[in-house]
Amino acid sequence: MTRKELFVLKDLLGTNNQVAAEIRRSLRERRVLAVNFLSSPGSGKTTLLERLVDVFKSRFRLAVIEGDVETERDAERIRARGVTAWQITTGGACHLDARMVGKVLAEVPADIDFLFIENVGNLVCPASFDLGESLRCVLLSAPEGDDKPKKYPKAFLTAQCLILTKMDLAAALEFDAAKAAAEALSMNPKLQVFRTSAKTGAGVEELAAFFTESLERMRSSGA
Amino acid sequence: MHELSVVQGLFERLAEELKPYGDCRVTLVRLRVGVLSGVVPELLQSAFEAYRKGTFAESAVLEIDVTKPVFRCRACGGESFREELDYSCAKCGSRDVELVSGDELILEKLEVETDQ
Repeated sequence: MTRKELFVLKDLLGTNNQVAAEIRRSLRERRVLAVNFLSSPGSGKTTLLERLVDVFKSRFRLAVIEGDVETERDAERIRARGVTAWQITTGGACHLDARMVGKVLAEVPADIDFLFIENVGNLVCPASFDLGESLRCVLLSAPEGDDKPKKYPKAFLTAQCLILTKMDLAAALEFDAAKAAAEALSMNPKLQVFRTSAKTGAGVEELAAFFTESLERMRSSGA
Repeated sequence: MHELSVVQGLFERLAEELKPYGDCRVTLVRLRVGVLSGVVPELLQSAFEAYRKGTFAESAVLEIDVTKPVFRCRACGGESFREELDYSCAKCGSRDVELVSGDELILEKLEVETDQ
């Protein structure tokens, strides 16, 4: 019997990252902008997506992937607005990973402009899993409180975009949007911050314009 | 609680690393886990203990080396360790810092026994 020491030094999420890199390459070839929405359950991901889909559907070709532990409910809400949606039910897992997205992507038409991926509601675990997205958006809703960025750092550190949601409730809940944004920006100065209300529609056009610019930038960079 | 998925990935990685050695048993696995990796070391330990049963790592010990965040300052160029999640430069106080390490999840080292 021999004993051996093996020095490996490999990223444990390496397999996921490889699949994600493959997805990113393939989406870029197809000139699709993929956006991964990540947040706690109930922070308004699906409702915001419904508003975005309404703004975009006459101008762009869209596909939506919904991630949940169980049920088709979110995909049904998107389909009800006339947009194709796929539901991934993880059957217990608290996040989407690149393989799950890769499987669905095989069915998604190649000629879309935007792919919106709504992750499983969870402000912790999904942050560790690259899905091959071009943009990661973290949502923080007024009822959750303005002190969350430092409590759940990874989601805010890895996103490019912070969307404050349910801003129509901010005053009643004493949610300080400037404080939440400042805390998130102190951790990640490159974050683009949006204040939205899916109820009043505030901020939705600005967010849609940002996604449109991001799509155009990706396409004009020739990638 | 995605530690079980992480452990599942770890075992896929282990199987890959051990291919060249034929039949063998893993006796030690050492991981480097950053405070900002999003993984809880205690949960990783329990997930590992649950997952290893009946595998080539059944009796393996899991060592976890927890690393603190290191920031590089864009203003003064200095690098600083931070005990707490204070996203600023320890040298000049600037908040214009980027995370250099402390969010990693790395398989560092294995010890194995082989019959060869």
